[in-house]
Amino acid sequence: MKKVYLDNAATTVVYKEVLDVMLPFFTDKYGNASCLHSWGEESRDALEEARVVIAKKINAGADEIIFTAGGSESNNFALKGVAYLLKSKGNHIITSKFEHPAVLNVCKALEKDGFNITYIGIDRDGFVKIDELKKAITDKTILVSIMHANNEIGTIQDILAVGKICKEKNIVFHSDVVQSFTKVPIDVKKSNLSLASLSAHKIHGPKGIGALYVKKGIKLKKLIDGGAQEFNLRAGTENVPGAVGFAKACELIASKDIDKMEGLRDYFIAEVIKQIPKVSLNGSGRDRLCNNISLSFHNVEGESVLLALNDKGIAVTTSSACTSSKLEASHVLSSIGLRPEQSHGTVRFSLSKYTTKEELEYTIAVLKEIISKFRGMSPLK
Amino acid sequence: MSAFKYSDEVLRRFRNPENAGTIEHPSGVGSVGNRTCGDVMELFIKVVDNIIVDAKFKTLGCAAAISFSDVLCDVVKGKTVDEALKITKDDLVKILGGVPTPKLHCSLLAVDALHKAVEDYFKRK
Repeated sequence: MKKVYLDNAATTVVYKEVLDVMLPFFTDKYGNASCLHSWGEESRDALEEARVVIAKKINAGADEIIFTAGGSESNNFALKGVAYLLKSKGNHIITSKFEHPAVLNVCKALEKDGFNITYIGIDRDGFVKIDELKKAITDKTILVSIMHANNEIGTIQDILAVGKICKEKNIVFHSDVVQSFTKVPIDVKKSNLSLASLSAHKIHGPKGIGALYVKKGIKLKKLIDGGAQEFNLRAGTENVPGAVGFAKACELIASKDIDKMEGLRDYFIAEVIKQIPKVSLNGSGRDRLCNNISLSFHNVEGESVLLALNDKGIAVTTSSACTSSKLEASHVLSSIGLRPEQSHGTVRFSLSKYTTKEELEYTIAVLKEIISKFRGMSPLK
Repeated sequence: MSAFKYSDEVLRRFRNPENAGTIEHPSGVGSVGNRTCGDVMELFIKVVDNIIVDAKFKTLGCAAAISFSDVLCDVVKGKTVDEALKITKDDLVKILGGVPTPKLHCSLLAVDALHKAVEDYFKRK
């Protein structure tokens, strides 16, 4: 059966080139990067080279990159790290309503610990309301955390504007840039970022490695006690193969890949809307990730579409929270004003540089058939 | 079931729900659910001499909702109205080989649809 993977916002295939550079670090170059002997030195050199590559990608210094186990850890580290250290200065944190659960649930945990959190609203196009953010700042505000690109609807936030506000008010600015990293240019200096969370497996790198950018001078509470690894903030033997793979993945994305994905994205959106009645795009058509397509199909259930597509070898994801114990609609879709019934029919297709037009043509043909089948079964017209 | 995985029986019925459709001149129709919460189901029954001779459904919902609708139709066919009313949601869950916990409520929807269809049948009679 044909296999079409359109869930690259969830995770991606590891590039062959990435795997190739990683493998020697499991078998031949397996030294502990903290050891003084030649094995250790070899690993340490590779780790530090990887740090330089990743730092350059966001215009940071190598000593501003801390390796973590991934995006969720980076978000936890950033938010808790700042909050607990600056608690004496203030207990107010600002974030947005449509952050990833790895930010939202950290905020909820902090709320229980005495912090006040303001969740900024999102406009219908999928952009954080900057004016609301400005007004929310108080003299107790210690941290602003606004994601760069939304994982469900792909809208790219104006982090330059948020950074400017934070700079004026001298507030620490964190951004979860997991989805946008390597797809949208990021300059931590221009955006006045104090902290940024990165992940490797969204960009064809390995799972289990990510990084947190920490601007020089920004102090964080230690994440893991133990050895002195990662600037004495995160103990544990360094994941050298992971770091090496992560760095390689950063180098492999070219602007022509972005252009190609944008072209395919726009083609897919236009064709689906043309060929299937009652479909709407979630989030703005511009300032949108090159690989994100979020569509709501009227009067169908997203989960049914997902399973039926899977039967035809196509992998997608739903935004509906139907798989969770609650029947609540996605917090992201609610935040942009979708009614629950619209959210239930939402499907996310996310492309990679390997996605072809032919794969999308196949997907559209299958989709057409499936949607008409389910609508035929629906009691609602 | 801790991991979120559908049984083969759920998937089989979801892929090919033989009872999907409508009945012309039904003896009773039961509509339940609303789109805001999730699933919407409509059950059609044909009753002859107090026996349910045919049942069809129209459902807008997840795989569990569709397979519960389909299995319900099979179960009620050939039963008297009174026998059919004794069907519980647990009976349906059992036939489907279990469903993930978050999907248990879909079984209730199916049973509710049956009760409403029978109610409608008595009203029409």
